[in-house]
Amino acid sequence: MIQIQNLSKDYISNNNILTAVKNVNLHIKKGEIFGIIGLSGAGKSTLIRCINRLEEPTQGKIFIDGVDITSLDKKSLRLMRKEIGMIFQHFNLLSQKTVYENIAFPLKLESKNRNEIDKRVNELLNYVDLSDKKDSYPSQLSGGQKQRVAIARSIANSPKILLSDEGTSALDPKTTKSILSLLNKIRNELGITIVMITHQMEVVKEICDRVAIMEDGEVVESNTVENIFKEPKTKTAKSFIDSISSSVEEEIINPNDFKGKLIRLSFLGDSAKKPIVSWIIKNFNIDINILSGNINKLQLSNVGHLILELIGDEDEINRALHYLEDNENVHVEVI
Amino acid sequence: MAELVIPSLLQTLYMVFFSTVFSILIGFPLGILLVITEKGNIWEKPILNNVLNSIINLLRSFPFLILMILLFPLSKLIIGKTIGTTATIVPLSIAAAPFVARVMESSLKEVDRGVIELSLSMGATTPQIITRVLIPEALPSIILGITLTIINIIGYSAMAGSIGGGGLGDLAIRFGLYRFQTNVMVIAVIIIIILVQSVQFVGNTISAKLNKK
Repeated sequence: MIQIQNLSKDYISNNNILTAVKNVNLHIKKGEIFGIIGLSGAGKSTLIRCINRLEEPTQGKIFIDGVDITSLDKKSLRLMRKEIGMIFQHFNLLSQKTVYENIAFPLKLESKNRNEIDKRVNELLNYVDLSDKKDSYPSQLSGGQKQRVAIARSIANSPKILLSDEGTSALDPKTTKSILSLLNKIRNELGITIVMITHQMEVVKEICDRVAIMEDGEVVESNTVENIFKEPKTKTAKSFIDSISSSVEEEIINPNDFKGKLIRLSFLGDSAKKPIVSWIIKNFNIDINILSGNINKLQLSNVGHLILELIGDEDEINRALHYLEDNENVHVEVI
Repeated sequence: MAELVIPSLLQTLYMVFFSTVFSILIGFPLGILLVITEKGNIWEKPILNNVLNSIINLLRSFPFLILMILLFPLSKLIIGKTIGTTATIVPLSIAAAPFVARVMESSLKEVDRGVIELSLSMGATTPQIITRVLIPEALPSIILGITLTIINIIGYSAMAGSIGGGGLGDLAIRFGLYRFQTNVMVIAVIIIIILVQSVQFVGNTISAKLNKK
């Protein structure tokens, strides 16, 4: 669907070159919700803006359904943009227009006829649950309502792709959830591919199928959300996961403070629901001390972490570890 | 008294009305050009932008009376004479146009960069962005700018009156200053004050009513 190849973006100012995006390669599949997470300044906003060329890439190519959008002329680019909706952190509603007129805006740009526009806008108002606000002005709406208007507007022309540039970052946690479930509904019912950038791991956990982690302009890790939660490879990924888990930070647990062997167990999917610890205690002659643990509910499954101290005979512990490793979807790491 | 004041008032209103209309017709498009040709804006044209800026600054540096005298030949060309209320409309409009351009420029610049970006992301053309986003979003501020322009032109018209344009300013100077009829001058000034106050009041009211922000 969207294929990003060797994409780079440099900003040149006063003979200084700032590379905001460095050699990024991503493949986003049709109908998926793809997250791009990073701290501010990581280049994620520049990256997503390259997808509809609000930013011109310095190097590299972006293919959308096989069409290289970096080579499009102005006119074709404008037509292509109509197939890519976008929502923003600060909603970007027309402040002097009603909710109705805001949603009608992209349709009016197409000079569609009045009845057609009216029908579509009412349909969209209904879809985002704002029919009663149609004559209100943006200043009379809450943040969540504003984003619903913006979402309705972004899908008015039935785009193939929806880009969300920090679409939930200005919202409180409860409103964020309702916006995320609206986005999920849009993906499921309308089949629109969604690319969202965020700095909140909660958002990724809640809704994304796959995620790319950006740091200093580069994608340092990219995987399904389950796999990232189960086995984060980079420090950045780990710190994003830690940012939402209430567990004791691993750094605080110093192996030298414990007599036994410390291990970190990660469970994915159904294995998170199995009484694995209890099985080990019953099958092997060892004691287990639970130091910390958590479970993260992802969009489709669960990922759990446990930090355990295994106390007992060395051989028995090793046998227990082998037993654990034989379990599918369980990952063991000795600390 | 009334037979002195009323014709002068009508002359002033006539001058101010047409000068406002013409200065907006010239200045508003210039203001739009100033904004859209700026670096990073929707129709980036740095050279044109620099040229426009220089011309506008140049015209604004002229003291009004000197500009008016310089523009006498233009009045002659367009209206056929250099003296009289109608002839004064030419220099008044041209003197006020760069002012209008600057006022419109600052109103249009108040429009949130985000909504322009949004329009671009929806594939809007440059004319569509100007007519459907920039101007409607800036409208309350544009109304205040026009108010400011009218008041400015009322001031200019009083000056223009003294070199053959007629109107209340002319009346105040002829009777008040040269003939020592202070009462005429006082009344002329009071009427100008009332005019300015009313224009400001109406402008503020319309702008506030329009503004949904």
